[in-house]
Amino acid sequence: MNVSRRGFFKVCAAGMSGSSLVAMGFAPTAALAEVRQFKLAHTTETRNTCPYCSVSCGLLVYSVGDGAKNTKAKVIHIEGDPDHPVNRGTLCPKGAGLLDFISSPARLKYPEVREAGTNEWKRISWDEAYARITRLMKDDRDANFIEKNADGVTVNRWLSTGFLAASASPSEAGYITHKVVRNLGMLAFDNQARV
Amino acid sequence: MTNTWSDIKNADVVLIMGGNAAEAHPCGFKWVIEAKKLNKAKLVVVDPRFTRSAAVADYYAPIRTGTDIAFLGGVINYLLTNDKIQHEYVKAYTDFTFLVDERFAFENGLYSGYNADKRAYDDRSSWQYQRGEDGYVVTDPTMQDPRCVYQLLKKHYSRYTPDVVSNICGTPEDQFLKVCEYIASTSGTDRVMTIMYALGWTQHSQGSQIIRTGAMVQLLLGNIGVKGGGMNALRGHSNIQGLTDLGLMTNLLPGYMTLPGERETDYGAYIARRAPKPMRPNQMSYWQNYEKFHVSLMKSWYGKAATAENNWCFDWLPKLDKPHDILQVFEDMYNGKLNGYFCQGFNPLAAFPNKSKLNVALAKLKYLVIMDPLATETSEFWKNYGDLNNVDTASIQTTVFRLPTTCFAEESGSLVNSARWLQWHWKGAEPPGEAKPDTEIMGSLHLHLRELYEKEGGTFPDPILNLDWPYKRPHEPSSEELAMEFNGKALVDLVDPADPTKIIRKAGEQLDGFAQLRADGSTACGCWIYAGCWTQAGNQMARRDNADPYGDGQTQKWAWAWPANRRILYNRASADPSGKPWDSRRRLVWWNGKQWGGDDVPDFAPASAPEVGMGPFIMNPEGIARFFARDMMAEGPFPEHYEPTETPIGVNPMNDNPAAVYNPAARIFKGDLPNFGTSAEFPYAATTYRLTEHFHYWTKHVNINAVLQPEQFVEIGEGLAHEKGIANGDRVQVSSKRGYIRAVALVTKRIRALKVNGQTVHQVGIPIHWGFMGQAKAGYIANTLAPFVGDANTQTPESKSFLVNIEKV
Ligand code: SF4
Repeated sequence: MNVSRRGFFKVCAAGMSGSSLVAMGFAPTAALAEVRQFKLAHTTETRNTCPYCSVSCGLLVYSVGDGAKNTKAKVIHIEGDPDHPVNRGTLCPKGAGLLDFISSPARLKYPEVREAGTNEWKRISWDEAYARITRLMKDDRDANFIEKNADGVTVNRWLSTGFLAASASPSEAGYITHKVVRNLGMLAFDNQARV
Repeated sequence: MTNTWSDIKNADVVLIMGGNAAEAHPCGFKWVIEAKKLNKAKLVVVDPRFTRSAAVADYYAPIRTGTDIAFLGGVINYLLTNDKIQHEYVKAYTDFTFLVDERFAFENGLYSGYNADKRAYDDRSSWQYQRGEDGYVVTDPTMQDPRCVYQLLKKHYSRYTPDVVSNICGTPEDQFLKVCEYIASTSGTDRVMTIMYALGWTQHSQGSQIIRTGAMVQLLLGNIGVKGGGMNALRGHSNIQGLTDLGLMTNLLPGYMTLPGERETDYGAYIARRAPKPMRPNQMSYWQNYEKFHVSLMKSWYGKAATAENNWCFDWLPKLDKPHDILQVFEDMYNGKLNGYFCQGFNPLAAFPNKSKLNVALAKLKYLVIMDPLATETSEFWKNYGDLNNVDTASIQTTVFRLPTTCFAEESGSLVNSARWLQWHWKGAEPPGEAKPDTEIMGSLHLHLRELYEKEGGTFPDPILNLDWPYKRPHEPSSEELAMEFNGKALVDLVDPADPTKIIRKAGEQLDGFAQLRADGSTACGCWIYAGCWTQAGNQMARRDNADPYGDGQTQKWAWAWPANRRILYNRASADPSGKPWDSRRRLVWWNGKQWGGDDVPDFAPASAPEVGMGPFIMNPEGIARFFARDMMAEGPFPEHYEPTETPIGVNPMNDNPAAVYNPAARIFKGDLPNFGTSAEFPYAATTYRLTEHFHYWTKHVNINAVLQPEQFVEIGEGLAHEKGIANGDRVQVSSKRGYIRAVALVTKRIRALKVNGQTVHQVGIPIHWGFMGQAKAGYIANTLAPFVGDANTQTPESKSFLVNIEKV
């Protein structure tokens, strides 16, 4: 039989038993009795790229949860995209371990604050986080913004707060970050490319 | 990269130097193996360590860390003296014939115009060409004039003889010459070499000049702009290319435009300086279009508020007093000049040099905001982790916020790979807990601030109140909306300048490319080099047709590459001056009698006939590639060997000038001078790198990678191990003037002692990765040891070459 791997899963989803297929050695038909469906057959396949190095290997991300109101999509498997012209399905030991990155115990889940002088994190709401952070930003900007330099030249810069930008977030996040940060007058602004 | 990953298969020789692709970029490295299989290509590796790239190389030569300019300078000398250059290419496509200012000089390690007090070249006026009465550069097509670039270049590098190279680099002379032979084998038009490099070239106080020297070798050989050639930077992070393209650096605007300095008060002069007139007849000098890109950006940012009358909000842009790169910012933070700091997906405590200085600096902040998918060391700089982070928590008065963000699987958008491909990816899962995408966090911060300024007023609220914010859900601009914004759109019906009855694009439509941008406010475009990524036909970055019709690995319909979906930069240089491919097997673009066309999108004026003589390097006002960098490099027009700031031999064998031992223009802050060690105290040359199982400081949070490489180690050669009585598996302390780390010693044959300037130099290899947090066994941050020194041009820290001592503990 000649059926592609993903085609195979589709057939499986339509009610095909894998073990019967192998045992009988013929093309799958929907007539075969269903024993158990493959786990991957229920997944959603999404194209992605490895977030580590800039070979940017193509990935196929398999997640369960179909987007219905009471479900939350969760990744259960990742493999190299065999159609990707650079990696052609391969992944290195970094990319091959990505599932553990997504589910790392070090993943942050909630906004937190460490108050001055204390030794622990305290969970806070997003609203509180935004309100407190922007209060600090505005107070600092209002107090230290330089409209004109010593020679009276308009310079409109804010040097007392700085921003280091990401290097693995999407370009769109980079673009909006630049738009927002530069607009505040910030110059202490850089990204990982400096290293 | 000038070329692309899969293009590497077209090479005849692959030089890997300043990188270790087999371990750090494994799935890209496979194209080197393809080249070996398909073309019988030779892989040559030059590295302080016998790396895994070296293990599959046809030839390996060792080198002392930080001496690559001496090595490559020696290669230039070899190519020139053995007549192994592509004559027609260098004569037509480089500055070989250009005459240089009579005042330009080089003497005992320094160029003309040096100010020793400022440790800088504050007068670079002699680093220029001679100009004729017509304003154009004077040339000598015979290349006999002693002031022509060819003669000056030959003279400069004649000093880099094989024995001088060997004496500085520690590379045995015969091995150096063997590498030269491999490289020289590509000087004809029928053979091509590619160079692959990474942080092993950038993280030096003279890193940019190392890369320039590599590019000069490639130009001499005619290897730029051709299939299988190029200068290929293997960039680190998955979107470091994109973030740089988008200008997230202290002095940049999107698309490599630059912010005004504080002396640039006049808008017209600001533009004129960045839009240089051609320096030779009939050259394109593409940056002459600067104003179109700039005005379109201002329209994307400020919308209707940006008008011709207010110079498109020129006054709203902050004006630079000096560059505020990361080293400068941490220096200022250390001196108490910063109150707030944001780290978005970046862990500077681990990534930047001299950890103890960074700890002090961070503790002086009033507030620190972390946005990250992972719990980074920087976010817990205030927490005591014993010897690994020994701080006094109670005394640290910094309020730290930690905001959880999504990771790649939980968001949609584009990432730009090394080869400049913008590849769209799709969200496949929900983030954990309450994590949010960076786009939403930035949007929310802006809206909260805008509300505060509306309510309370405040200092200079104009740009905040007027920032164009057309997003459907203002708190969470979508990646799709933002990508369409940086592609650009028509703001009014755009009339074809050639035919006023034709409309090119109607108001509101997406633009097809940067050629449609205008300086009159009728177009908006957030990043001109990305114009074309999301056209009226849809999202070009999402294209997934992997057809390779020419069999050359360019896959033109897979994703979208900037600029203009061009896969190989400077590809006009793949054809000879008459427009015919140098090598018919490797043809890329050519002149068909009426226009330029071929396998790739021509990097050229499509209808400029070869007779006109336009050069292939259209971004340069000269139209050609420069050996002589004019006044554009901080330490001089030709790369010169300088020792690493911390040198194991204490002298620079190229001169006897105490001011020119190490890079005379390197970024050094006065307060750090006592923090440099000498070889008397710290005799060994150290370098840092990462392992194939690791990605910087992230993968210690990833279970499988933590299992694969559980414990911190350092590598030393057998000679040093013997001298210090260290056995494989012993615990050792590696110390520099700035601190120490403790780890297991791995004694290896892969690092050998080198004979340098009459002495034996041992090198110590320090993998980066471990820290005081994560799944892997806790360890010391390797950059505790690295010096707070920056490259003179890029201010990239010198993490690849410094001095240490090592003792058994
Ligand atoms: S799988 Fe490996 S080679 Fe591919 S992008 Fe990820 S880190 Fe790079």
